[in-house]
Amino acid sequence: MLTRMIALIYKEFLALLKDPKSRLVLIAPPMIQLLVFGYAATFDLKDVQYALYNEDKGIASRELVAAFDGAPAFRRAATLQSEEQIAPLVDSRGVLMVIHIGPRFSSDLLSNKGAPLQVIVDGRDSNTAMIVLNYVSTIVERFNTQWIKDHGLENAPAKLDVRAWFNPNLESRWFFIPGIIGMLTLVTTMLVTALTVAREREQGTFDQLLVTPFRPGEILLGKALPGFIIGLIQASVILLIATKWFDVPLLGSLPAFYAGLSLFLVSGVGSGMLISSLAVTQQQGLLGAFLFMVPAVILSGFATPIANMPHVVQMVTLIDPLRYFLVILRKVFLEGAGFDVLMDQFWPMAVIGAATLALASWLFRHRMY
Amino acid sequence: MKEITRGGSLMRLRGLVKKEFLQIARDPSSIAIAFLMPLFLLVLFGFGVSLDADHLPVALVAEQPTLDSDDFFSSIEGSHYFVPRRFLNMASAEEAMREGRVNAIVHLRADFAKQLSSREGADIQIIVNGVDANTARLTQGYLQGVWVKWLDRRAKAAGRDMVMPVKLEERVWYNADVKSRNFLVPGLVAIIMTLIGTLLTALVMAREWERGTLEALLVTPVSMTEVLLGKIIAYFALGTGGMLLSVGLAVWLFGVPLVGSFWILLICASLFLFAALGMGLAISTMARNQFVAGQIAIVGTFLPAFLLSGFIFDIDSMPSIVQFITHLIVARYFVSIVQTLFMAGNVWSVLLPNAFALIVMAVFFMSITWRKSKKRLE
Repeated sequence: MLTRMIALIYKEFLALLKDPKSRLVLIAPPMIQLLVFGYAATFDLKDVQYALYNEDKGIASRELVAAFDGAPAFRRAATLQSEEQIAPLVDSRGVLMVIHIGPRFSSDLLSNKGAPLQVIVDGRDSNTAMIVLNYVSTIVERFNTQWIKDHGLENAPAKLDVRAWFNPNLESRWFFIPGIIGMLTLVTTMLVTALTVAREREQGTFDQLLVTPFRPGEILLGKALPGFIIGLIQASVILLIATKWFDVPLLGSLPAFYAGLSLFLVSGVGSGMLISSLAVTQQQGLLGAFLFMVPAVILSGFATPIANMPHVVQMVTLIDPLRYFLVILRKVFLEGAGFDVLMDQFWPMAVIGAATLALASWLFRHRMY
Repeated sequence: MKEITRGGSLMRLRGLVKKEFLQIARDPSSIAIAFLMPLFLLVLFGFGVSLDADHLPVALVAEQPTLDSDDFFSSIEGSHYFVPRRFLNMASAEEAMREGRVNAIVHLRADFAKQLSSREGADIQIIVNGVDANTARLTQGYLQGVWVKWLDRRAKAAGRDMVMPVKLEERVWYNADVKSRNFLVPGLVAIIMTLIGTLLTALVMAREWERGTLEALLVTPVSMTEVLLGKIIAYFALGTGGMLLSVGLAVWLFGVPLVGSFWILLICASLFLFAALGMGLAISTMARNQFVAGQIAIVGTFLPAFLLSGFIFDIDSMPSIVQFITHLIVARYFVSIVQTLFMAGNVWSVLLPNAFALIVMAVFFMSITWRKSKKRLE
């Protein structure tokens, strides 16, 4: 029985890896994708181009402008001379932000009247707009504090003292890179498993496999293991790149990470096998994989928090294995979590894996054409 | 009808298009992907995907509850951005934060009331969970807003004006209420249509190569160009249907304002569909194998369209090599076009370069397909 299984698994690996094109597709893209996406996926703005329209001649406005020019996230791309120049520049996406300092800025400031500073932001990407405004208010606040200190004015009765746990500099890359590990692992697992049964069905070899002494459970195992093993290897390599190349801190326990990864792979492989056993042709298998994968990524909380979704959609995310794995990844990487806090994430993946695998193996026998 | 019977080529083309449509109609999965998938994805994501955080759970801790600390907390409780919960001490609040039950802690020390009237001013300590840096920053921004309002109200109550040296006046153009749905939904239309356009065609050529039906077709008087045209016409029609459905949903179901012209959107969408279909055809012609074509389509379309198109992550903040790579992503140009057309209007300086890029991409992919399918037959 063991030799039989080994032979079957060997055959499945051969089917996956003998074609040089499909070998390449499995190995190269995940690495390239991690590198490219690792740099792409960040909400930290580095190069916000802005235009300055300064009607004020005083020193105070020059100090404020210097604060903006000195900020690493901002780059002045244009200096405007009239109000009419603002709209075309923002419309054409020439700049993301315009800072407008009125003619009475310095005098208002010096006479303690409170000087208005107008900031116009391109809201086509409202998230980027919010981040820009956040950066601006930090700069203005720092300017105000300095001004109050330099001019001996009365302090505000209370001030905010903000600290961030787990990610002191609020680098969003630390949030996204662990997420990319989960996402790429899901994609590879789906690629490997979703088409296996469908391909054999289309070519007619699946019927042959069914009349061999293999039981459905054994066929399932033979088809599931390559996906599991490839996923395990790939995730380990990506983990290494994430920590060594991108310097994302890995504070938690590796055993907890691998326990989570194994359960995630079981649930991912299970979903892939289920799709594959439902599909009659490879085309249907591929479409099924897409229909599972796209929502699984977008609703996993990878880029947009699950807490922002309406209640009904939040219920839908409960059957998404990636949702649980992302929590595990982020907690293990950044919060240093161990097994104790992760139990709530482990068992739903185990349930999804068991249910999908059982259903897939039942379908092997009962969905015949 | 007259020209059709006269021109042999046109008649053959008509036959091919009919064959493609029959194939589409008989395998319901293509119809499903053209119409049900946009419907399903757009509804799910349109309602589900949002970057606007409200109902943020925060913990409030006052070591010594006084009227002043109560006053500050009640202004947090009055904001719709927060779901505050009061905790008796820091230890229990910190535990709630570790367990993920709250996103932030607002901590007032025992001497808060006394410090308020001191020269230095009192500290309001805020601890945010930084794992999700974006939400952390939003939380911080909202708390800052509450704080400024509270200071203002206190000053007014004491009969003074609160004077901040520089007052920020923010204006967000094109999207005054800063609703993330307004930019996410048009972007989703672009992403969903990339998937569909490319997926629909990635498999059809590969399937014909794999099954040998393409060679069979080519011994007939039909030329390769006609075969390709037949496929493009059939799937273009299907894709346009899906596209109209998505735009309709965006406008009527999600209420995203379409400021620009519908006809320009339609023209740009057609250009984009040609590029997406061309990419699918190129993939399937080069792979000649459904398995590999499917894998390339999955790896090459969805994740790049999701992450590198400017749909959610700002392209200008990426390193220049990655920015260069984004130029190879078809969805990038269309995302820029739809975001501008939906929210800002007909801004030619944005539309024209992007439309031109779409034409270049369409021509590029089509010519790859055409050349690759010719070469192998010689």
